[in-house]
Amino acid sequence: MSHYEAPIREPLIIGKKSYHDITLDIARPVEGKANKLWWATFLVALAAFLWGLGSIFYTIGTGIGVWGLNKTVGWAWDITNFVWWVGIGHAGTLISAVLLLFRQKWRMGINRSAEAMTIFAVVQAGLFPIIHMGRAWNAHFVLPLPNQFGSLWTNFNSPLLWDVFAISTYLSVSLVFWWTGLLPDFAMLRDRAVKPFQKKIYGLLSFGWTGRAKDWQRFEEVSLVLAGLATPLVLSVHTIVSFDFATSVIPGWHTTIFPPYFVAGAVFSGFAMVNTLLIIMRKVVSLEAYITIQHIELMNIVIMVTGSIVGCAYITELFIAWYSGVEYEQYAFLNRATGPYWWAYLFMMSCNVLSPQFMWFKRLRTSIMFSFFIALVVNVGMWFERFVIIVTSLHRDYLPSSWTMFSPTFVDIGIYVGTIGFFFVLFLLYARTFPVIAQAEVKSILKSSGEHYKKLRDGNHE
Amino acid sequence: MASNKKYWKSVEELGESSAVVDTLRQNEFVEEIPTDEFLGDKETLESSSTTRRDFLKYVGFTTAAASLAACEGPVVKTIPYVIKPEEIIPGVADYYATTIADGFDFANILVKVRDGRPIKIEPNKEVGGATNARVQASVLSLYDSQRLQAPTANGEKIAWAVADTAIIAKLNELKEAKLPIVFLSGSCASPSTKRLIGQFKEKYGDVRHVIYDSVSETGALDAFEEMYGTRALPEYNLEKASVIVSVAADFLGDWQGGGFEIGYAKGRIPTNGKMSHHAQFESNMTLSGANADNRTRIRPSQEGMVLIKLYQALTGGASTTEESSLNTAILKAAAKLIEAGTKGVVLAGANDKNAQLVALAINKVIGSEVINPAVTKNVRRGNDAEVAQLITAMNAGEIGAVFTYNGNAAYTLPNAQEFIAGLKKVQLSVSFSTSDDETAAAVQYALATPHYLEAWGDVMIKTGEYSLMQPTIQPLFDTRQYQDSLLKWMGSDQSFYDYLKDSWTNNVLEGASWNQALHDGVFNSPVSDVTVTAVDVDIDAALKTLGEQTNEGEFELKLYSKTGMGDGQMANNPWLQELPDPISRASWDNYLTMSKVDAENLGVKNWHVSNGALNGSNVAITVNGISEVLPVIIQPGQAVGSVGLAFGYGRKNGLKEDMQTGVNAFPFYKGYTTTQTEVSLKLVEGEHEFACVQLQNTLMGRGDILKETTLDTFNDHSLNPKRTWNKVPMVTLNHNEVEATTVDLWTKFDRSIGHHFNLSIDLNACTGCGACVIACHAENNVPVVGKAEIRMSRDMHWLRIDRYYSSEETFVGDNEFKDNISGLLGKTGSVQGFKKLEDPSDNPEVVFQPVMCQHCNHAPCETVCPVAATSHGRQGQNQMAYNRCVGTRYCANNCPYKVRRFNWFQYPENKEFDFNMNDDYGKMVLNPDVVVRSRGVMEKCSMCIQMTQATILEAKKEGREVRKDEFQTACSNACSSGAMVFGDINNKEDKVAALKDDRRSYHLLEHVGTQPNVVYQVKVTNKA
Repeated sequence: MSHYEAPIREPLIIGKKSYHDITLDIARPVEGKANKLWWATFLVALAAFLWGLGSIFYTIGTGIGVWGLNKTVGWAWDITNFVWWVGIGHAGTLISAVLLLFRQKWRMGINRSAEAMTIFAVVQAGLFPIIHMGRAWNAHFVLPLPNQFGSLWTNFNSPLLWDVFAISTYLSVSLVFWWTGLLPDFAMLRDRAVKPFQKKIYGLLSFGWTGRAKDWQRFEEVSLVLAGLATPLVLSVHTIVSFDFATSVIPGWHTTIFPPYFVAGAVFSGFAMVNTLLIIMRKVVSLEAYITIQHIELMNIVIMVTGSIVGCAYITELFIAWYSGVEYEQYAFLNRATGPYWWAYLFMMSCNVLSPQFMWFKRLRTSIMFSFFIALVVNVGMWFERFVIIVTSLHRDYLPSSWTMFSPTFVDIGIYVGTIGFFFVLFLLYARTFPVIAQAEVKSILKSSGEHYKKLRDGNHE
Repeated sequence: MASNKKYWKSVEELGESSAVVDTLRQNEFVEEIPTDEFLGDKETLESSSTTRRDFLKYVGFTTAAASLAACEGPVVKTIPYVIKPEEIIPGVADYYATTIADGFDFANILVKVRDGRPIKIEPNKEVGGATNARVQASVLSLYDSQRLQAPTANGEKIAWAVADTAIIAKLNELKEAKLPIVFLSGSCASPSTKRLIGQFKEKYGDVRHVIYDSVSETGALDAFEEMYGTRALPEYNLEKASVIVSVAADFLGDWQGGGFEIGYAKGRIPTNGKMSHHAQFESNMTLSGANADNRTRIRPSQEGMVLIKLYQALTGGASTTEESSLNTAILKAAAKLIEAGTKGVVLAGANDKNAQLVALAINKVIGSEVINPAVTKNVRRGNDAEVAQLITAMNAGEIGAVFTYNGNAAYTLPNAQEFIAGLKKVQLSVSFSTSDDETAAAVQYALATPHYLEAWGDVMIKTGEYSLMQPTIQPLFDTRQYQDSLLKWMGSDQSFYDYLKDSWTNNVLEGASWNQALHDGVFNSPVSDVTVTAVDVDIDAALKTLGEQTNEGEFELKLYSKTGMGDGQMANNPWLQELPDPISRASWDNYLTMSKVDAENLGVKNWHVSNGALNGSNVAITVNGISEVLPVIIQPGQAVGSVGLAFGYGRKNGLKEDMQTGVNAFPFYKGYTTTQTEVSLKLVEGEHEFACVQLQNTLMGRGDILKETTLDTFNDHSLNPKRTWNKVPMVTLNHNEVEATTVDLWTKFDRSIGHHFNLSIDLNACTGCGACVIACHAENNVPVVGKAEIRMSRDMHWLRIDRYYSSEETFVGDNEFKDNISGLLGKTGSVQGFKKLEDPSDNPEVVFQPVMCQHCNHAPCETVCPVAATSHGRQGQNQMAYNRCVGTRYCANNCPYKVRRFNWFQYPENKEFDFNMNDDYGKMVLNPDVVVRSRGVMEKCSMCIQMTQATILEAKKEGREVRKDEFQTACSNACSSGAMVFGDINNKEDKVAALKDDRRSYHLLEHVGTQPNVVYQVKVTNKA
């Protein structure tokens, strides 16, 4: 099944690995014991999660008033966090679905974790639309449930309702796609498991995978179909999220450029988050052979390209605001850049537009430390992008009499930190219990893209 | 009468004895129930699956269910009438005409009573009544749980009988000792009470009645007495005026008892191309100054000089020659007055006899028709000299007894400490008081009196207009009217009600019906046509004394009374505490107002903290040796060298902790004059947190939000208003320029059927008085959120009055400045240009714009709500279904007008928000027709849908069409200036139908395409 790969291409699996080596490498974190670093990180993440949980309960028990919002700024950190997490959740599907369709084999080393990250990020994102409601206990009102009130139905004109569908569809398709890929790998773990309990669990998780040819055939087919289904979702989810703003009448929100701009931004932030996580993970669980510098470099290129698209969008926005001749529009953007929140705008511009440009340099984009640093910077920058869009547009809109400012409370911060904690709790648990690399897929390219085999084939014996 | 008729159901029954009938009578069931058949059938019984265990289960379950069903929810005490009073129908409101006369505010009102509870004050429009914010809010003070609830002696509760015996004994003792008994009261203007005190005097000998006003008008009273012979205040009908020149008279505020806005506003609406011109000379930025066409800043000590120069200019005397902007303004005003002839009027604010004499003389010189000396007002009757004498006499131990009523002398007197010391020296001190205030705490006997809504009384607000006061509820507490007490102490067993009725029958009614008078609230006794002639007064002497006023001090203090708080008697009223000051828009506080120049010199700053809330520096102020530390708000329009400070704050007694706000300004009120010249200021450490609801003060050159034009432009009929002074935004549609208001994304539906409500707001007539804000509060159960929440920008007002200052001299100047901004950097660039527009001018133009939900026909809030909790009504309203709302706040974000208010917390029944909704008494003011919102839902103006629906239903019940202008909202009903007009545009007779199509009408933010149902009328100015 191995195709020929040109010698000029960098190998995707470093070192002299056999199929069994791959199995061992990937099963090791699951079968071994957690080290102190894992426990330390896990406890920190858990503490943050509990703080967030406390903040959420406090909010629901007391009222949204415990946040810093006011009559003019009705959304701030809540929806900023929501969009940020949804954005982060974009890389996984893009990597697994779009790159699958484009037959990019390098995705195989990272798609499992990228998808896991997607799902965990979407879980965080999904929290916010619920807890930002003044009456979260009535959240089911947003579902078009049949009821005894006759024509009482949800408002299908509302972008928030579209969000409900978009996010839930995205979460379910991503989950199914992820799980499908996991089946052979779970089966591998099941087969290696010695403790009956583990065997039972992995047996259940692998849905009775036997590894027959028919299984593999169906697996391939389903993967392709799901990739086809998921690909439009990559574009649609953030497009719909951007409609929350684009369809409104508020200057700074009411912008037709938002859908492509948001999607580019989402991919941008998603890849940055994948980079952040994998750079650490490859080190911690010794997977440098599978997540190579080349992987990081390729992701850096995606970051650079999408970052530039985002930068173009920022500048287009400014241009269109000026070109429109609408004073409210013009002032909204002037205020963004030079008003009381100029510092947030500066953060956004420097983190999102300036920092990815360093990736034009091969030395920088192949430097692990620098990549990690830029990934963090981009994550920060993308959070500020959403903050800038939401808060600076709202805080000074049409009638100057209502202008005010927003300042977060410890609860706002608590919930945000809490979701980061929750995210890492999930990811760390995942890293200890799931096969973090799609080993079945990776094995499929061992002979074509493995360093050792390539050298053998190309007669480059050392 | 018993009937012998017999009814029968069948022929069988008609016959006396029928077997069939007998059988039927014996048996309940026509056919026998087949119990035997069922129980006797062993097979069926055995096949039944109910076993013993099942049976026990059933028993257990039913017992549990029955006992659960017997569990009670929280018990809410609702006691039905045993015998229902005839006039009370549950759910139907009754209206009673009565009168408020609390010594500061006087108004003929209607009280809305629901199920025995007064819940709303309306102006009694049939007799020309008008209400301000305080009168509107006074209904809540009825339910103040911290009122004086029972008579007390030295702070201990006592029985009425005990108090009576002790006081009568003491009175007789004093009569023997021939020591004077003094009544110290606010202006009460009650003919019957006056008569009663006269009789009291007969009984107890040396009884004196000293009247004082918390904010005195003695100067005006004395001046009028000197010139016209009666000690009263003349009536000014500002509707007749074509030129109004006011020298520090805040006649749209509380000057001479207020109430001038009705006439003023009528004259300000341009009709037939005419409107009045208003020039104001003042130091503080007042409501009057804010509404003026030409406002000139003067220091308080210059008031006299302005009057003198005006007088000289009008009499052709030694006119001013010196070149200065002030002189130009004075000459301009004088020229305008000459041009207006008899239609001009000059008003003076100073509590100074000479200043008032000069003002009266000017009005006499120009033959002003506006002033009517024949009709006088009794709303201010205080005599400063007598009060001063009384306090001296009290301290000298020459007074036997002091009875205070209708006022809080121990708080409002400038020398309150002296007064309290004096009280200790009199043998008997009694305060008749509704509230447990400073005076009640200082006297021996504090006798609880009912609130005016629980009491009988009468008032003569102006000559010939007798008003009645009637109780609208049983007294809530163990209170007794002071008139009843007096009657009792006089040995009479008559109640004051009988006394009042007798008094009216004998002296007022002249045969007319008492019941009719009580129903109307007002009885107009014919005034004989006496022409009052002015006697010659030595004006030169007045001018000379007035001219001697100088000021050497660095600063001057101008005291004023705030729209919300007045003289502070309703300081425990959360609605009024939270009512933003119409000018500074700060609530829950008083503060020094200071000009920017002075602030910079003193190092005083105002700044915004991270959540936008306003903070300010503190200064130590010393006035005539009395010092106080006060926060400063930098006030555009404040005269350089002057600072302003409001009365009514700093009260402590009988107030909830949250209400104990600000600093008492009365100690600075030396000599009962609002102008204090011996003032020094010093910046001190520390900062103050203000609760200001508007943080951006200028309009940023956004002329389309507040359209303004000049009278000349308005009168130029060659102009198309839609292209010139009332510009409609244009958009390109299919390559044609069309009006933005005609472009529509949505499918239209026929709105010509049924009612279609519109509200018109005339920016020319709105004075910014805030009565509508309180009316809305009361009608719609709007919660009070407190100072801390206001600082978080979370006020809940459904209706707010935006106040904008111009950044240049005028708003037109702002627009021009904005249009000339070009490029990004540099002096004329956007960055600096818009920063500059954020700062108000030193003497700005001011406009008020009431903003509530605009009820857009294409509402941005409606499309974004995921659960369709806000949707459009058939009659034009944008409606809120609170039950459906999940609280995403998307609607509020997408509202271009930012009128939606979110329930951040549970406001009712939450001890964190200890205001009227957390108080068993305070809750009684809630309007049962409007739901109290829970936490987490959005709310906003409903266009008083409960009122419009009630009107429709009433018309339907009576089988008629809704009458012309019958529809009202709380705000339009409370608006005495006529700025707010509500009605049905499908009824072409309604005023609003014409107003909607008026040349001046426009919608707020037309270019957004929301098509609101609230229309504004362009402000027209008449500058000189």
